Amino acid sequence: MYKAKVNVTLRPSILDPKGKAAHHALQNLGLNQVSKVRIGKFIELDVEADSESAAKEIVESACSKLLANEVMEDFEIEIE
Amino acid sequence: MATFGVIVFPGSNCDHDAYHAMKHVMNCDVKFLWHKDTDLAGIDFLIVPGGFSYGDYLRSGAIARFSPIMQEVVKFAEKGGPVMGICNGFQILLEAHLIPGAMMHNQKLRHVCKDIYMRCETTDSLYTSGLEKGQIFNIPVSHGEGNFFISDDGLKSLQDNDQVLFRYCDANGDLTEESNFNGSIDSIAGITNTGRNVLGMMPHPERAMEKILGSEDGKPIFESILNSLSVA
Repeated sequence: MYKAKVNVTLRPSILDPKGKAAHHALQNLGLNQVSKVRIGKFIELDVEADSESAAKEIVESACSKLLANEVMEDFEIEIE
Repeated sequence: MATFGVIVFPGSNCDHDAYHAMKHVMNCDVKFLWHKDTDLAGIDFLIVPGGFSYGDYLRSGAIARFSPIMQEVVKFAEKGGPVMGICNGFQILLEAHLIPGAMMHNQKLRHVCKDIYMRCETTDSLYTSGLEKGQIFNIPVSHGEGNFFISDDGLKSLQDNDQVLFRYCDANGDLTEESNFNGSIDSIAGITNTGRNVLGMMPHPERAMEKILGSEDGKPIFESILNSLSVA
């Protein structure tokens, strides 16, 4: 059994209204050192597979079919 | 006479509005189709209604897209069958790749529930053939994720192929920053596919069918559909 950690993020070219709102709130808190906020999703999956590469392949398929919308999002996978 | 099918997902909430509009205002035959159904026999026109299918989990429309009936809807659309996605239905059709693009959260992050104006941009579709180019409609919207996005190339191809059917505008029909309340790219409110049989739109024409309820500006769109179906 493998554990997969997936980060889904909005593509850099895409405006992130949630990140912008959070950034604005941080500025209101006086945390002016924060110059940018981007908000994405973190997803954990338990995967039954024979090898790490097989597990990665399954998770990649899960991401491109469902977990991420590649029109606007990118994803990164980490297998442990 | 055409028979309309209204798909019901867990979490749909405009299914009855669509049913009422077609059955009692337009006097058509209408059937509800449960998301687990796979039989579209006898259905001439599909409506994918608004709501919050599967609680909008993950992304709006992302889970609904994989429900059993959607596989049949894709086949129906690929054969040229007319499919109209309204609001959450638009989001589902995008996720199913029946029309290009994606929906993001409204630019100002708020769920917007109000009457807006939209403009007909082309009469070249079964949905708009009975309208006039530039015709203005006062129609309700109610959504949190209606900020239409598509890549630059995608947008160019929508424009080049005359696939934008409706744009948000003001009462005079002008496109302004304010009238584009959700931040959609190019003020897009509704688009069709290259086959011109699938429509996705965020505004709710099915909720603007009777004067007593505020507006009947949605009616000409359904009249246009019925005319197109009867001559097809």
